[in-house]
Amino acid sequence: MNMLKMLTLTEARLLLREPLAFFWGVAFPMVLLTVMGLSASSIDGVSLVAIYEPIVIAFISVAFGVQGIPVQIAGYRQGRILRRLATTPAGPARVIGAQLIVSLGVILIATIGVLAVGRLGFGVPLPRQPLGFALVVVLSAAAMVAIGLLIGALAPTARSAGAAATVLFFPLMYFAGLWTPQMSASAKHIGQFTPLGAATQALGDAMNGGWPHPAAFAVLGVCTVVCGGLAARFFRWE
Amino acid sequence: MTIHAGSAAIEVERLSKRYGHTLAVDDVSFTVAEGEVFGLLGRNGAGKSTTVDCLAGLRAPDQGRIRVAGLEPRRDRRELRQLLGVQLQESQLQDKLTVAEAMRLYASFYRRPADIDQLLAMLDLTEKRNTRYRRLSGGQKQRLSIALALIGRPRIAILDELTTGLDPVARRDSWQLIDDIRNSGVTIMLITHLMTEAERLCDRVAIMRDGRIVALGTPAALGRPTLEDAFVALTDRRVS
Repeated sequence: MNMLKMLTLTEARLLLREPLAFFWGVAFPMVLLTVMGLSASSIDGVSLVAIYEPIVIAFISVAFGVQGIPVQIAGYRQGRILRRLATTPAGPARVIGAQLIVSLGVILIATIGVLAVGRLGFGVPLPRQPLGFALVVVLSAAAMVAIGLLIGALAPTARSAGAAATVLFFPLMYFAGLWTPQMSASAKHIGQFTPLGAATQALGDAMNGGWPHPAAFAVLGVCTVVCGGLAARFFRWE
Repeated sequence: MTIHAGSAAIEVERLSKRYGHTLAVDDVSFTVAEGEVFGLLGRNGAGKSTTVDCLAGLRAPDQGRIRVAGLEPRRDRRELRQLLGVQLQESQLQDKLTVAEAMRLYASFYRRPADIDQLLAMLDLTEKRNTRYRRLSGGQKQRLSIALALIGRPRIAILDELTTGLDPVARRDSWQLIDDIRNSGVTIMLITHLMTEAERLCDRVAIMRDGRIVALGTPAALGRPTLEDAFVALTDRRVS
């Protein structure tokens, strides 16, 4: 337990020393929401800032799960840090566990930050179905982290891990609605079967007080189990 | 468990390890006595690192019997990791981790870690304790890597390519350091292809070629006229 605690503290400290990762994953979502809020426009009577809040929250889990984790894991493998740890009582799996804890923690903190900006800056009400909302946040973070682990398992270098994550970023965030919050009916239909399309719709439902559709939980759960399982199956420590 | 002076710290009997069609280690046997400095020599690809991997429990041997401090490396991995310190070739640390942070982190892995300040002083890293890994020189990185291999107070230390990439002064400093470590009672296995280093430091050496041990003995007994001549004669295909 002490080992995991020290590894987690170390990983948290190292993350704080990466200003770019911090800007992209924590500050940028709040800035983006602020820009939407200041534009003061609305679609079909719903303010843009309220529409974007779930999208921006989905973005956070992509930034840390899909983009952050694989680059770190591949880098640790490339620098033979995982192998070095394999010769100590800590073992290599614990440091991956520490990264997951830190990533989930920072995703939750950044999500609370975005909710605070929306509420305090622009009067967007807090989620009316808080339990459902929290469940979807945690599940979508888990799904994105699982995708990140899978990339990290397969990519030979930090560079290729980064490239794969960037390629995945666009379709994931497209169906979350980052560029087109008002999607055509067919795009929306396809989107609800993608993890972040399902997540943003479920987050939106929970904000408005509804319990998220079970299909959203199913999509996110399947993504987590399948990607996490494949990552465990194909993981290379060196 | 007590280990008596003169008993074996490392026992390897008829070890073999195959990768696909190549036999990386082929029927290798040797024993390292408690308190000894034992050198494993050989050209690149001779099977040294695979042997180390098997000793450290990182790979399962195909055949043979290994005991490190009386433990079977794969089966008793948990216990072995407490007793065996390993410095791996080309393994790095996180760029933005400082020397002291790395030491504290690795110290937390062990039941009874060494004193961090003392170890830093011994390795001449005290002034660098708040320096990030990325900003260390090659020699400082190497010394930190040795410090981390010793932080758990190991009974046995395996040091792979200890002085590769070091300038002559830094190399000689590391040699002094090995003497200090052995004097503190640690059994050392040194993997190297520098013959002067082996001559200076090792009580006995084994020379590997194509996965086999082709010579084993004291540097003085093997090295006629010098260990380097003997090494070339034993390992250069053009000569033999």
